[in-house]
Amino acid sequence: MSGRTTWGVVTFPGSNCDRDCQHVLRAILGQTVVEVWHENRSLDGIDALVLPGGFSYGDYLRSGAVAATAPVMGAVRAFAASGRPVLGICNGFQVLTEAGLLPGALVRNRGLRFRCAAAWVRVESTETPFTAGLRAGQIMQMPIAHGDGAYLAAPEAIAALDAQRRVVFRYCDRSGREVPAANPNGSLAHIAGIASPAGNVVGLMPHPERASELLLGSTDGRALFESAVTWMLGRRAPAAGGVR
Amino acid sequence: MPTVRITIMLKPGVLDAPGQAVLQGLRALGYEVEGVRMGKVVELAVPEPMRGRLDEMCRRFLANPLIETWRIEDLEAVR
Repeated sequence: MSGRTTWGVVTFPGSNCDRDCQHVLRAILGQTVVEVWHENRSLDGIDALVLPGGFSYGDYLRSGAVAATAPVMGAVRAFAASGRPVLGICNGFQVLTEAGLLPGALVRNRGLRFRCAAAWVRVESTETPFTAGLRAGQIMQMPIAHGDGAYLAAPEAIAALDAQRRVVFRYCDRSGREVPAANPNGSLAHIAGIASPAGNVVGLMPHPERASELLLGSTDGRALFESAVTWMLGRRAPAAGGVR
Repeated sequence: MPTVRITIMLKPGVLDAPGQAVLQGLRALGYEVEGVRMGKVVELAVPEPMRGRLDEMCRRFLANPLIETWRIEDLEAVR
């Protein structure tokens, strides 16, 4: 892509998709990547942040619960409040819910099994940096790999997500239908990803970074990162006819 | 130092996968058990002034109020 943005990828003890995210952003998208250790207290100079997948702190207590107390999380909260893009993938999504940056919880999969499979999701909202470059209703294939991926929230929280168009992805079959068999983990209302009220914080269980090269079977996931880069570059450029 | 025991259980509506698995195991062994719920037990050694903050610790960190309930017991009293 032309134009460069600087991405921070956070590594907690037990993160295991941090390198994959760094690779996609650096080698495939040509972006600048800063490796952010969980003890860092500053995110200066970073335009967008990824909380990657893995099993931070061995999933002790609850998935993401201990990571939510890590020293870096104070800076992550301030970063999110500043409106810059934050993407939580799988365990990163769990960390964001445990930290209270996204509503709800991710609980043990219905069916009791760890699910490692290709999943299809439908884009429900294009009002986030990560989906602004996608089409509403677009079907994407991305892998899932999780034991605690069933999205759960109180009925009033679900109603708020729907009313504010903050459900970003729903599990579907390959033709976009929400059939029960297409819900891999028992998530409420087939929810695979959601956004914060301002839209800049997005969490999802599927792994876009594992679907960013043809070699891996799908390049659909790459579009999320590309969308955010385009979104950031668009905001950086002076408005047409504007004065600086 | 006084010790407290905190028992954390999933709320009734939330799928308890470990409990389900143990239920299957007990039934496989021929025991007619109707239900199993698995929880977590956390024992804390806390100085006296912190005792009033145990509920806050549960709400903020040890449990997730959306999906779990908790019970705080004084272990001295139990023993």
